[in-house]
Amino acid sequence: MTTELLTDLTIFALAVLVGFEVISKVPATLHTPLMSGANSIHGVVLIGAMVITAAVSSTYALALAAVAMAFAAMNVVGGYVVTDRMLHMFRRRPAAAAASAPGDKPGDPRGELPGDKEAAAR
Amino acid sequence: MSGVSFTISLIYVLAAVGFVLGLHLMNAPATARRGNLVSAGGMAVAVIATVVLLAQRHVGSVNWTVMAVGGVVGGGAGLWEARTVKMTAMPQLVSIFNSVGGGAAALLAINDILQQRHDGLSNLSSITGALDILIGLVTFTGSLVAAGKLQGWIPGRPLIFRGSRASNAVLAAGFLAGGVWLIVSPASTAALVLLLAAASIFGVTMVLPIGGADMPVVISLLNAFTGTAVAMAGFVIDKPVLIIAGALVGAAGTILTKLMADAMNRSIVNIIVGGFGTGDGAQPAAVTGDVTVRQVTADDAAIQLGYASKVIIVPGYGLAAAQAQHEMSELSQYLEDRGIDVSYAIHPVAGRMPGHMNVLLAEANVPYPLLKEMDEINPEFDRADVALVVGANDVTNPAARRPGNPISGMPILDVDHAKCIIVIKRSLGHGYAGLDNELYADPKTEMFFSDAKKGLVALLAALKTLVA
Repeated sequence: MTTELLTDLTIFALAVLVGFEVISKVPATLHTPLMSGANSIHGVVLIGAMVITAAVSSTYALALAAVAMAFAAMNVVGGYVVTDRMLHMFRRRPAAAAASAPGDKPGDPRGELPGDKEAAAR
Repeated sequence: MSGVSFTISLIYVLAAVGFVLGLHLMNAPATARRGNLVSAGGMAVAVIATVVLLAQRHVGSVNWTVMAVGGVVGGGAGLWEARTVKMTAMPQLVSIFNSVGGGAAALLAINDILQQRHDGLSNLSSITGALDILIGLVTFTGSLVAAGKLQGWIPGRPLIFRGSRASNAVLAAGFLAGGVWLIVSPASTAALVLLLAAASIFGVTMVLPIGGADMPVVISLLNAFTGTAVAMAGFVIDKPVLIIAGALVGAAGTILTKLMADAMNRSIVNIIVGGFGTGDGAQPAAVTGDVTVRQVTADDAAIQLGYASKVIIVPGYGLAAAQAQHEMSELSQYLEDRGIDVSYAIHPVAGRMPGHMNVLLAEANVPYPLLKEMDEINPEFDRADVALVVGANDVTNPAARRPGNPISGMPILDVDHAKCIIVIKRSLGHGYAGLDNELYADPKTEMFFSDAKKGLVALLAALKTLVA
């Protein structure tokens, strides 16, 4: 038990540091999608809910587990879908308009969005 | 360790890598969407692996049914909400998803404690259980209140009742006592109930006194809380993948919270203690005597805009509140079509969450490259013919450059450096800092008093007739 706890603590501490390192580089413009994306990641509690649901037997425990399952599933599915919806909007107008837009710096890597190729193809 | 459970543990590692990589890819708009998909992929394989893992055990059909029904109902509700929500209501929805995540984490620990109390739960493992319940429940009720405030179901102004500080202290003492009691005797029902009650009520009373304008910071903080609760849940059931994901989110939320508080020049403690911050800034005219401002009509403003060669638009909370982002987009498109150089100056806390303004404008089809962050756009104000301020207040107040007032030191947009400033605003009402905006008294400033939506429609109409 104590060994397990120590291992878990190690993982926790390192994961916190990784989190600070990875996240501190996100530009302000993406903070809302980031918050939403991080929000969906803690939906991983769904796995815990599944494990607990599988282990219980009494009626009240099953009822609690059902609520936990519903909550966690809502967090995961809703979180990812809404983040994707938000990020989908971060693309330029169809190529022609974007190309003529003044102040548009060609070659700015942050302006190269995934939607561009599709937009150009249309 | 059998072959199957070894493989499954490996898949969990893979999922954790997916979460970290996913967050990393969200660093840049170009890869952000892929990042979210990578993260979702990690989640999907982790869920599938868990199903396989559980199939190895003797899990009753009732348990499988509960799992399936709960998952489908919750997942379906989440999917429906996520697909139908308006972009302006996004912060509320994130808050609700955050709330249920925290609730699930708390339920997990409650169930675990109830389940194992007879087998003799070790005091050591009930520490994480108690922490999980505490943080999870505070997040659950706190996030619901935050969502209610943003949605307008609960008044956005700080709700303070007499003795609220004292009652919060009592509640805090309650959950501390309940938590410690539960750790000492994990089988005590009274301890569990005390912890549950105190933590749930504390979540509500913690958020109620905080003004609507501060809600983004609170949601961000609660997001970090949920991450931590989920990490604690990982300790409870000994699942490292929960610990990793929870800790990652805990770190993300903490950084975001810090960034947002910094941008408002306030400390997190200051916001949580509350009482300051009148919230939604929707209060009508609070004109203070000695301010003389120059008022203009839509026609005057349209002529200024139509004959400018460089226009910088400064969108603020008022634009989002009036849901005028589409009108804003139409106007800027029209100006661009006339060959005017148009860009948007986005303050880090414009809108209701950092980056919220970007999402709103992106939804209204404003091309991403036109949106400039504060540091990038500030030097450009010197060359701008017109700065068009729509529903922004404190972030444009030059008073922030002087010491000795509530917003001293807050980073602001150098709007006053433009040759002419047009402000669309409903009244001379104060922003959440409760200060007169010195920008409005600037001789270069023209005030166009109107609701953002109606004002922009009128401006566009005037532009089309006067300078077509």
